[in-house]
Amino acid sequence: MTSPAPNRIYRHRLPVRVMHWINVICLTILLMSGLQIFNAHPALYWGKDSSFAQPWVAIGALNAPGGGVTGVTTIAGHRFSTDGVLGASKVGGEGAKVVRAFPSWATIPGPQWLSMGRHWHFFFAWLFVLNGIAYVAYAIASGHLTRDLLPTRAELRQIGRSIKDHLLFRHETGAAATRYNVLQNLAYLAVIFGLLPLVIVAGMAMSPRLDAVAAGWVDLLGGRQSARTLHFLAATGLLLFVLVHLFEVLINGAWNQIRSMLTGWYVLPVDDKRTKP
Amino acid sequence: MIRKPISSGQPKAAASRRTALRAALAGLGAASLAGCDRLSNNAAFVDVLKSTQHLSHGAQRLVAGRKAMAQEFSQADVAAHFKANGTLAPRDADYQALMKDGFADWKLQVGGLVDAPAAFTLAELRAMPSRTQITRHDCVEGWSTIGKWKGVPLSHLLALVKPRPQAKFVVFRCADSMEDPNASADSRYYESVDMDDAYHVQTVLAYELNDAPLPVANGAPLRARIERQLGYKHAKYLMRVELVERFDQIRGGQGGYWEDNGYEWYAGI
Repeated sequence: MTSPAPNRIYRHRLPVRVMHWINVICLTILLMSGLQIFNAHPALYWGKDSSFAQPWVAIGALNAPGGGVTGVTTIAGHRFSTDGVLGASKVGGEGAKVVRAFPSWATIPGPQWLSMGRHWHFFFAWLFVLNGIAYVAYAIASGHLTRDLLPTRAELRQIGRSIKDHLLFRHETGAAATRYNVLQNLAYLAVIFGLLPLVIVAGMAMSPRLDAVAAGWVDLLGGRQSARTLHFLAATGLLLFVLVHLFEVLINGAWNQIRSMLTGWYVLPVDDKRTKP
Repeated sequence: MIRKPISSGQPKAAASRRTALRAALAGLGAASLAGCDRLSNNAAFVDVLKSTQHLSHGAQRLVAGRKAMAQEFSQADVAAHFKANGTLAPRDADYQALMKDGFADWKLQVGGLVDAPAAFTLAELRAMPSRTQITRHDCVEGWSTIGKWKGVPLSHLLALVKPRPQAKFVVFRCADSMEDPNASADSRYYESVDMDDAYHVQTVLAYELNDAPLPVANGAPLRARIERQLGYKHAKYLMRVELVERFDQIRGGQGGYWEDNGYEWYAGI
């Protein structure tokens, strides 16, 4: 081992921390109010308009043999029983099952209420976009982008080892832990410059007034109904990223990680190989 | 492999802490959800949420100007069946009487803040200059369907009735009651748009859908096409067009049937 790394580093600066938590609030509310909006027409299509007979995914309910309803999800013509969660579920866990695509625990507001879901969604969409613009501007101006987010050539060459480390849940210690690892870099870059712009642009493509910005620009996304599909898929991608992100936080000294995003200070993990006899 | 000292040294304490953390998170989640539902019923909070429609309207007017055109499509894009939504057959007795005669006795009243109020029969409207357009109808629920419309531009009718300068909105009054037609409360559909949309080239009062007379399910004999906004702005079963300075004293005061039921007045998003 080389010289011992400093014990504590100031890892996240205040603007990044503030913007991170604004993003947490926005993404949570956008996802859940988005599911509320989706519930108003729980089917997705590819193309300029809705081919009502052929959605590629549809969430619905059938009459159950013994009375009541049972939830089913159909993807590319294959039907799956998703009763209790997708298609039919109890509102607030009480009473009889009702027909609704996503369950009340996943939507804002809980009851089926399209207009209110839209109010939540558009308010936090503005906050989310302004926060995102501020973040990208800050990342470029402060050097955060080039210093922390872009991997170096040497780091890119280490990608195979990084993948192996992740699969073995092996993580950086000492000096190496002062930097994001290369998979982390690539994941963050894909989210910041891939999924997030996609979710925003596809969302905007669903606005009839914004469709009038330039004739036919929505066709670049495959049409308005394709844009709705892309919006949903990008949101799903963001959810998967968040789940992996939370998993990595949990298995890598959860409190140290959370504290560093609250106070900025991160305690460098020591290499336990050094302590072995 | 990194281990927090606490988890390797004190597994029991760590486990109970984990359980507590999990319970706290679950509790926090449930409380936030209940909180969101409470906030959704708080008028002041909802006003804050809804205020972004002014921001959206302003920003969208900036990037897609007052005259920006909605996308138009080709004949090949027209859907085999144009999905109808909302009222499909008005139950109102006066509408049914008009329908029985093929709308021969129907007239569109145009009035309010105008110098020359007038009424037009369907034949008169059909004899006026027309515009044909193939556009996409986007429902607030999320689906879209493409249809071909023919109708008289609203700007043409406005020129005939001579709006007064104080007119700021055009209100569409419709024949269909959304609730029981015999109830004492008036629940007939209505909508409103500003003068930007009223004078927009693609704003037409349509009497044809897909080269055939407008079917009853789609708003016969005449419906509005407000192409840069969502479907609920496109009022069907038109009876009267009214120019007003403000709409806060009409019915629920929000400018439309769905607006009175919580939806945004600005439906360009």
